[in-house]
Amino acid sequence: MKVFVNGVAYEVRASTLAGLLAETGQTKPYIATALNGTFVPREMRERTALSEADRIEIVSPIEGG
Amino acid sequence: MDFYGVELSNRLLLGTAQYPSPAVLAEAIRAAGVEVVTVSLRREAGGERAGQTFWDLISGSGVRVLPNTAACYSVKEAVTTAHMAREVFATDWVKLEVIGNADTLQPDPFGLVEAARILSQDGFAVFPYTTEDIVVAERLLEAGCQVLMPWGAPIGSARGLNNRYGLRTLRGHFPDVPIVVDAGIGLPSHAAHAMELGCDAVLLNTAVARAGDPVAMARAFADAVAAGRAAYLAGPIEKSDMATPSTPVVGKAFLS
Repeated sequence: MKVFVNGVAYEVRASTLAGLLAETGQTKPYIATALNGTFVPREMRERTALSEADRIEIVSPIEGG
Repeated sequence: MDFYGVELSNRLLLGTAQYPSPAVLAEAIRAAGVEVVTVSLRREAGGERAGQTFWDLISGSGVRVLPNTAACYSVKEAVTTAHMAREVFATDWVKLEVIGNADTLQPDPFGLVEAARILSQDGFAVFPYTTEDIVVAERLLEAGCQVLMPWGAPIGSARGLNNRYGLRTLRGHFPDVPIVVDAGIGLPSHAAHAMELGCDAVLLNTAVARAGDPVAMARAFADAVAAGRAAYLAGPIEKSDMATPSTPVVGKAFLS
């Protein structure tokens, strides 16, 4: 299945958001996720199914003003 | 000074971007005695540890963080970013930015009010980046905001207070709402102006981060904010168009 992670196309085997994070090595504790523009809380990642062409955003802390 | 039930003593809030190094940022925070810093979120670049390094630095400095929704142009983007920030930074505080114009980075007041209402209802403590417009401020308070963050001037412009009258009016109209002047401050004197008007605090970033000596400039801003606050409390005199002699005239010798 092809999905977009932070704007980059990936061919993934995972069927859930948690699976995708594991598959792409995004296992850090300080990240947050959104699926197609909607926030997905950490505890919901396991239950969040992915579909073809989904857009996943993964963010982490940076400096800000 | 009380923000959403949190008592703070230092009235200078500092942004964390654009410093020459993380060490300089940490030293600037320490030198100015800052208690609140703004932070943000960006796409995680797999494999890098930049996010962890930055987060370790901020966590280690013992300051409270105020995550922003910088560069969000829509209500949905801002709301989603706020939710992600709440999970990552473990705080309900959010500096809500809904930007309406790419050249001036001025707030979109319509989107701002809508996003503020959604987030307030969801338990966020919203710090809205707004203009000095009193009607917008009223709507933000109705939406659940307990702090107002009017701009001084466009972000990063170093122009100081573009509309002192507007800020004075805002202060007078909402005497009990904490007002933080955010954005556009370039010099310590600008920060002092804001405080002399009766604003409660000042939030700035570029003026310190891009200074020749950010640590010294952070200290200068802290001094200016404290001086401006002290002046406000001391009761500034009124302006007049004509001179008023300060030396007593009565008893002057006739020497002509």
